[in-house]
Amino acid sequence: MNKARRNPVNIAAAHGILILYTVIALFPVFVILINSFKTRRSIFREPLALPDAESFSTVGYETVFNQGDFFGYFQNSMIVTVASLFFILLFGAMAAFALSEYRFKGNTLMGLYLALGIMIPIRIGTVAILELMVDTGLVNTLWALILVYTAQGLPLAVFILSEFMRQVSDDLKNAGRIDGLSEYTIFFRLVLPLVRPAMATVAVFNMIPIWNDLWFPLILAPAEETKTLTLGSQVFIGQFVTDWNAVLSALGMAILPVMVLYVIFSRQLIRGITSGAVK
Amino acid sequence: MTALSLKNVNKSFGSVHVLKDIDLEVEDGEFVVFVGPSGCGKSTLLRVIAGLEDATSGTVEIAGEEVNTVPPAKRGIAMVFQSYALYPHLTVRGNMALGLKQEGQPKQVIEDRVAEAARMLSLGEYLDRRPSELSGGQRQRVAIGRAVVRQPKLFLFDEPLSNLDAALRMNTRVEIARLHRTLAASMIYVTHDQIEAMTLADKIVVLRDGRVEQVGSPMELYNNPANQFVAGFIGSPAMNFLPAEIVGGKKGQMIGIRPEYLRIVDQGRLQATVTHVENLGGDTNVLATTEDGHPVTLRLFGQHCIQPDKIIGLDYDDAKSYLFGEDGERVVVA
Repeated sequence: MNKARRNPVNIAAAHGILILYTVIALFPVFVILINSFKTRRSIFREPLALPDAESFSTVGYETVFNQGDFFGYFQNSMIVTVASLFFILLFGAMAAFALSEYRFKGNTLMGLYLALGIMIPIRIGTVAILELMVDTGLVNTLWALILVYTAQGLPLAVFILSEFMRQVSDDLKNAGRIDGLSEYTIFFRLVLPLVRPAMATVAVFNMIPIWNDLWFPLILAPAEETKTLTLGSQVFIGQFVTDWNAVLSALGMAILPVMVLYVIFSRQLIRGITSGAVK
Repeated sequence: MTALSLKNVNKSFGSVHVLKDIDLEVEDGEFVVFVGPSGCGKSTLLRVIAGLEDATSGTVEIAGEEVNTVPPAKRGIAMVFQSYALYPHLTVRGNMALGLKQEGQPKQVIEDRVAEAARMLSLGEYLDRRPSELSGGQRQRVAIGRAVVRQPKLFLFDEPLSNLDAALRMNTRVEIARLHRTLAASMIYVTHDQIEAMTLADKIVVLRDGRVEQVGSPMELYNNPANQFVAGFIGSPAMNFLPAEIVGGKKGQMIGIRPEYLRIVDQGRLQATVTHVENLGGDTNVLATTEDGHPVTLRLFGQHCIQPDKIIGLDYDDAKSYLFGEDGERVVVA
């Protein structure tokens, strides 16, 4: 923004609003983190106080590490999230390429059909999915989760990516065809790198709900060896007694990997969101 | 030998008929330019020749072989695009070499051809740069280089100069003409810029609404247009058209006079009021309106000081005027 258009009052107001929102958004995370380092008693006595010499305790983390296979859960969550994202991006991008690039009968209809999934929550079909998984013997495997999450993420991915792929220059693809590149090479080498920002956007939008999901792990893969982190943390929440130290510590650690992934994608994400508006 | 021969080529997109019965021959070493207004189908025709679109009916032959079902890469063509269409992830060298690599040419051949093309287009020092580090003119030279290295039977240019600024456009135009002379290759060039068409072409194909209106050398089209459309399209400023009856002709016919053949006289067949004067230094364009409200343009050589609103008399030689019938076709006066 140039100097002539800069107005100190506006800037202060804009920053004020943004800072306020950031504080509100980060506050719960902050409370989780400080309380995970406190003794049980001080969590309840002064929930908002920072841990000091008297109230500091790592008992929550100790419980988490000693009870249950925390690293196993962690690994399960990671495998499910990364594998699902991989398949969503791969198949979503391929379908989007076909829809945006090739003229064939029923193209529009196919696009609408694929977009339908955005409007219908996949959880409505839980019972049918469970029956299907039982019949195919996939219950209590990570594949059950990966397949469901891939299906859940595809509609939005196809919708967003096909929009972006339409913007990739036709000349570039045609130049590739004249140089003798196969359609797969054109897709992987020419088109995919150009829609990277959109891919990152899709990845972030899908990653967080998958990582946080409790529903499908609870129904499709509740076995000890396939528990995800969110499901694993539930062992500390009982009907009568809840081990708040452990719950808060588990949640605190569950935030980390998503944050790391988010930082990786976020530069691309911002470009992806603004690229439509600002050329 | 014939480099390209189109027979009865038609192309429809759904119910839209874009190309209608195109018949065309391009001789070996000929530089053919397709011109026409936007949407006349000239780019589509080029894409049909390249194999990027299938013809709905008709045959396309390149160097004597029917190529209707041959994929673009195997047709022996190379294409230069308006938007350069360079591969962003490859260096200049990589961009030029990719097509040859796909053909499976030996390394030494690829290296030699890239070096030769780089020398021809003075790209030597940029070979290791990426397209994003080049200027528009350099990018277009790389795109031309990418076509040159493949030594195609037929070059296809799709409005290659439209994205360049005026000065670069002229340089690149000269470069393409020089390239055509050195390679003696057959080239097809699509443009809507008639200066490019006039200066580059051995043969111009004027298209309108998916039909060939006229084919001929630039001077043939200029001196001998077959119809009112071609007459109006070739030449700049465009030819003046007046109803023939105001100069004593038949009702319904149009008379066409090029701006350079109208002259100012004291007492002429026409009288007009000057509305605007463009002084270009080398010549002067005078825009005027005749008594009955028809706009006319005059092109005078040299510098003239003419005030707007002045009333001038105009005249022309009958030998330098054209007569068009009601259907727009040329009427040759015996």
